[in-house]
Amino acid sequence: MDNHSTPLLQVEDLRTRFHIPEGTVFAVNGISFSIKEGETLGVVGESGCGKSVTMLSILGLIPIPPGEIVSGKAIFRDRDLIKLPESEFEHLRGNEVAMIFQDPMTSLNPVLTIGRQITETVRTHLGMNQEAAEKTAIELLERVGIPEAASRLGNYPHQFSGGMRQRVMIAMALSCNPSLLIADEPTTALDVTIQAQIVELVLHLREQLHMTIIWITHDLGVVAGLADRVIVMYAGYIVEEALVDDLYENPCHPYTVALLGALPRVDRRRDHRLNSIPGAPPNLLVEPHSCPFAARCTYVIDKCRVENPPLLSVAPDHKSACWVDIKSSTTGITR
Amino acid sequence: MNDAQPLIVVEGLKKYFPVTSGVVFQRKAGSVRAVDGISFSIARGETLGLVGESGCGKTTAGRTILNLYTPTAGKIVIDGQDLTNANKVDLKEFRRKTAMIFQDPYASLNPRWTVNAIVSEPIRVHKLFTKEKERIDKVNELLNLVGLSSRLINRFPHEFSGGQRQRIGVARALASDPLFIVCDEPISALDVSIQAQVVNLLEDLQDKFGLTYLFIAHDLSMVRHICDRVAVMYLGVIVELGERNELYENPLHPYTQALLSAVPIPDPKRDRERRRVILSGDVPSPINPPSGCRFHPRCPIGKEHCKMDIPEWFEASPGHWVACNEIKG
Repeated sequence: MDNHSTPLLQVEDLRTRFHIPEGTVFAVNGISFSIKEGETLGVVGESGCGKSVTMLSILGLIPIPPGEIVSGKAIFRDRDLIKLPESEFEHLRGNEVAMIFQDPMTSLNPVLTIGRQITETVRTHLGMNQEAAEKTAIELLERVGIPEAASRLGNYPHQFSGGMRQRVMIAMALSCNPSLLIADEPTTALDVTIQAQIVELVLHLREQLHMTIIWITHDLGVVAGLADRVIVMYAGYIVEEALVDDLYENPCHPYTVALLGALPRVDRRRDHRLNSIPGAPPNLLVEPHSCPFAARCTYVIDKCRVENPPLLSVAPDHKSACWVDIKSSTTGITR
Repeated sequence: MNDAQPLIVVEGLKKYFPVTSGVVFQRKAGSVRAVDGISFSIARGETLGLVGESGCGKTTAGRTILNLYTPTAGKIVIDGQDLTNANKVDLKEFRRKTAMIFQDPYASLNPRWTVNAIVSEPIRVHKLFTKEKERIDKVNELLNLVGLSSRLINRFPHEFSGGQRQRIGVARALASDPLFIVCDEPISALDVSIQAQVVNLLEDLQDKFGLTYLFIAHDLSMVRHICDRVAVMYLGVIVELGERNELYENPLHPYTQALLSAVPIPDPKRDRERRRVILSGDVPSPINPPSGCRFHPRCPIGKEHCKMDIPEWFEASPGHWVACNEIKG
């Protein structure tokens, strides 16, 4: 296989909208990105930026209506997932692509035992009998670090702590050896010490199983520790895309710069007030025609208010969507 | 700031919640020792941070200090006034001097009330202004203080974003001219770009009115930024307390070390160089906390005697207090 040239997943010009009584929500507005086999891609943005809707669109999990995928392609191993019929999706989800969610309590069925939920997955997808499925379930739970796995198969989700529930979710996601794992804010509901445990587990499993991972989060700190490449989203657009070291050392989009300036650092003495970003994200019910960040941007020029900048290359492997070269700009804040 | 007597003194504060069993005849089956003997003081104009994992008792501590829960044991002194034997009149005056900002800006504002009704409630309760006109002027002034337009005074909470709602909560907290505000995770429900706005607002208000804060949070980066001193709680007790830079640069307690090393740093190169202390397991149940040092089942340096010996609270260096059996000596 030539893994190096063809991406595992290639998304092109994806647009997703929701038609609700108040009007149309412009959730994802023409985004394109790709991920190579074995790569870990971080997708960062605030609530409502479209990061989850993007992934749900790719996996055919957007309810239609009210949702509508207006345009776009998502090529995964020579198949366009946007046009894939539901019957084929059932085979794809779980087998080839798996997803874990933010809240492990609502993603697990509270009235079924953990064992039943895992064995059901492996029986459905891998066609095992009950005995083999149970054996696999125990192996999976051991692999994600659940002690005394065999005796915990009969337990219900409420008998596990938040961190342990997330481990169970990861075990289920891994049950069919997926080639792509999409993790949607998997550690947001957890304490930092438990978050560190889960991140360590995922890094270990990535190494062991050569998984490709898309990790969605609002936390620029978590992504720094685990992604190879990062996409920053704002109001349904990708505003910056770069290799992880490059993004933090050399952020090019005013939004990324502002976000990093708004974050206090645990490893540094306080030297100034936080740079707050004035205002709030734009109303998604209005069809965007200008740069979505223009109203809050300190570098704004007239052009930003009439024309949305495209995502263009600013350096090798580094793209940014901004009309202003902020490095040479005389206006605005400096970090 | 340090010479005068502290504004808040808390000594041996405990709050237990009963655990009952049985449906018709409820028997007391035990108790959740949410806060189990904590002591600290806060100087005027100071911000003390209270950090720890969920379930460590930090919210209960904040609420008990404000007498929203009746303490099981312990002493609370505010502004020289001991609350232990306070009568109703004293308690009402105490409530005027204190306020709270809550975590969830959606749940903490009554959805059927206008901004005016919400913000003026403390004024009405404490009868600070008797004339309607004066009350409205005061509400307008408070809204301007927190960066909201006074045109919004008759709107309802659902018309505001999360950050704006939290500003309304701050305006309400300021309405009775308090000396002391407990901020219980005031920013954790907000997006990053909005968090900085609210933090800067809290700092401006502190400078302007000389407010004293107890800042309860689990975001250790933000706590280092905003607090003067920081206390680390674990299972109902404070395990370490110190000036912020001393605590973050020279953490003594193994729990503090683990907690700090688990905080992600938004800098990939620094993050890779760091040594991580990964704790195993979860926080044990506060109904039946571990014997001896409560941290011993998860402690990376714990010895056999930690299962028996309750660690002593001592001053390792000036102003830096810690409770660990392995550090002393």
